[in-house]
Amino acid sequence: MEPILQVEHLSISFSQYHRGTRKRTLPVIHDLSFSICPGQVTAVVGSSGSGKSLLAHGILGILPYNSALEGTILYQGTPLTQRRAEQLRGREIVLVPQGVTYLDPLMEVGPQIRKGRRDPRSKARSRAVLERYGLGPEVEKRYPFELSGGMARRVLIASAVVEQPKLILADEPTPGLDARAASRILGHFRELAEDGAGVLLITHDLELALTIAHRVLVLYAGETIEEASAADFSAGRLRHPYTRALWAALPQNGFTPIPGTQPYPGEISDGCQFAPRCPRCRPECRGPGPVPYVPRAGGWVRCRFPEGGEAL
Amino acid sequence: MSLEAKSLTFRYRRRGQSPVLEGVNLTLEPGERVGLSAPSGRGKTTLCKLLAGYERPVQGTVLLDGRPLEQYKGACPVQMIWQHPETVLDPLLPLGVSLNEAGAVEERLLEELHIQPGWLTRYPQELSGGELQRFCIARALGPATRYLLCDEITAMLDLITQTQIWDFLLREAQRRNLGLLIVSHSAPLLERVCTRIQSLSPIP
Amino acid sequence: MRRLNQRQRALLLLLLAAAVLLAITLAGALLTGRAMETDFSRLNLAPDLPYLFGTDWMGRDMFARTLTGLSLSIRIGALTACVSAVIALVLGVAAALNRKLDAVFSWCIDLFLGIPHILLVMLISLAFGRGFLGVVAGVSLSHWPSLARLLRGEVLQLRQAPYLRLARKLGVPRRDLIRRHLLPHLLPQFLTGLILQFPHAILHEASVTFLGFGLSSEQPAIGVILSESMRYLTTGRWWLALFPGLALVGVVLLFAALGEQARRLLDPSSIHQ
Repeated sequence: MEPILQVEHLSISFSQYHRGTRKRTLPVIHDLSFSICPGQVTAVVGSSGSGKSLLAHGILGILPYNSALEGTILYQGTPLTQRRAEQLRGREIVLVPQGVTYLDPLMEVGPQIRKGRRDPRSKARSRAVLERYGLGPEVEKRYPFELSGGMARRVLIASAVVEQPKLILADEPTPGLDARAASRILGHFRELAEDGAGVLLITHDLELALTIAHRVLVLYAGETIEEASAADFSAGRLRHPYTRALWAALPQNGFTPIPGTQPYPGEISDGCQFAPRCPRCRPECRGPGPVPYVPRAGGWVRCRFPEGGEAL
Repeated sequence: MSLEAKSLTFRYRRRGQSPVLEGVNLTLEPGERVGLSAPSGRGKTTLCKLLAGYERPVQGTVLLDGRPLEQYKGACPVQMIWQHPETVLDPLLPLGVSLNEAGAVEERLLEELHIQPGWLTRYPQELSGGELQRFCIARALGPATRYLLCDEITAMLDLITQTQIWDFLLREAQRRNLGLLIVSHSAPLLERVCTRIQSLSPIP
Repeated sequence: MRRLNQRQRALLLLLLAAAVLLAITLAGALLTGRAMETDFSRLNLAPDLPYLFGTDWMGRDMFARTLTGLSLSIRIGALTACVSAVIALVLGVAAALNRKLDAVFSWCIDLFLGIPHILLVMLISLAFGRGFLGVVAGVSLSHWPSLARLLRGEVLQLRQAPYLRLARKLGVPRRDLIRRHLLPHLLPQFLTGLILQFPHAILHEASVTFLGFGLSSEQPAIGVILSESMRYLTTGRWWLALFPGLALVGVVLLFAALGEQARRLLDPSSIHQ
């Protein structure tokens, strides 16, 4: 199937001032490649502060003023330029943002979903889409602060999908929700994918990502270190030691910690970023030269000596 | 000798609506790790704020060793760790200053929490949530602290940081016989770390 | 030459403006003697070399007089802006931290803001017996309310910041809370407010002096120069008022530029531009 979105060698960096007037560039995302097919949920899993949200903002062309983007983004086979992103966002490409702060606090939910239009067709459409997410007509008259966390998330989804988008970017859609509400919200994304849209789910929560995603991309220190299918996790077919460590850290899977912390932007070293914490690290892992991102057993991995295999 | 919440009721002054919490009772003994689970919006965070003295209940009292909590002067023996560490660290202070603002934090804690010496001179916006949360935990473990209220402290963090933090907190709680109240949406996590789990509902 | 980034450019402009102002202040102070010197052999000369701004009806060098006047204005401006900014800081912070004081101070702020500025400056100046003391008291006692109100709002907001509430729970003494958490957050507002108060103070000093409620007429203040020159305007001696007036506007604009650059450097929303 033709992918709806292809991201190739994407890098996003920030320019910042430090110590008064010196300017420096911080690479936040580095050499990121993946693609999303219609009907698929792709999850990007990374820790907080790893620049996941920037990925969505980069695709939509709404990066902050002091950031720069390199690499290519193809939407339906053609490059997604800033101008094209502006035309498509809100229609074919939508963002389901993190929280209620993205809703206009002074506007009732109904008009907000209709984006100010008042014709009967828009009204019927907004009614139908709210209905779909179990929100009654009374919700249309409420202001954002009168919504509970779960309802606000559903309103955000409703307002995103009212235009029947082809690509949905969901940025941390579940924090603060209890397990039932969270799985319900995720279920909605799965439904949207089943209706033919491509869904990019950006989250730090591996467990929730695995409940709905087809493909999982794992970020470490701003790089993709593995792309795996959801089934690879439970089947023990993971390729990268960090992904294995993540899986083993789940409370129901052993709750085993590994020492150390992720390096942050600006502290990127030569060779493999995970080397200092890796149980299988060998001298070659510390460089010189970056570790290539290579396909392996139906997925991708950025490791010189991936699990369950000989050296690459 | 325990931390007790007696029929706590709380409502926000502005909205004349139904209370956030009504008649909540809870007892936390030293060395105990109580998990608290409830659907979102049921006032778990509010309960933590009441127990740590950030808010005053409309009705009911919080007792520490039989004495009302507000009578304790200086560093409060009940410390709360917040869900979003970036909100409780002054953005204009280097982390080392924030860390030691109520007295020097033991070297041992920094080591066990994997706090790198280089982080102490950095500012909060330069580090990730997981790294900041380590500072908040170290800071909350002053000598006066006897109870820790952990409000979704690892909900925003990656799994490995989560295990590192809980691994440390469980050891430290055991060593100092701390009482822990643990709020989380994750049932597997609560099962892992708690000695008992209570659901947040008024006792009739 | 290497291209400067925005921040370096802002800093350069700020230093340049500050240097020009400082130079004017120093030059004026050194030229005080020349500004008072009368010489009846060179009455009413139009601008030319060596008298760039011409001379007046007593043969005094207008260039020296203008510089001295500006220097005096800047010094008074600096003094009054500092005094009123400090009053604003103390009252604003005190108001935000104490409910009873807040009621009193807020009432005072409304009262002061309700009276026209120039009237207030004149009244206070009169009450203090005019002259240097009168002007300084008048300008500094009337310019604090708007900054005080701004700082008070800022403190009220900061008080609710989780990091402050948590520090209080950790047992950090009140004094340290104010010093460590409050004041650094107020610094950008305070500094910007302080610098932007300079032009205000200078203009008000000049206007009360012009109206005769300020500095005494033997001092070479811009206000005095302008009001004296008004009498000679109709006789065709345009240079007597034009150059001092333009110079005053120039100084005020320089201060405004200084404040603007300072804001650009300190404002968190544009900090990485």
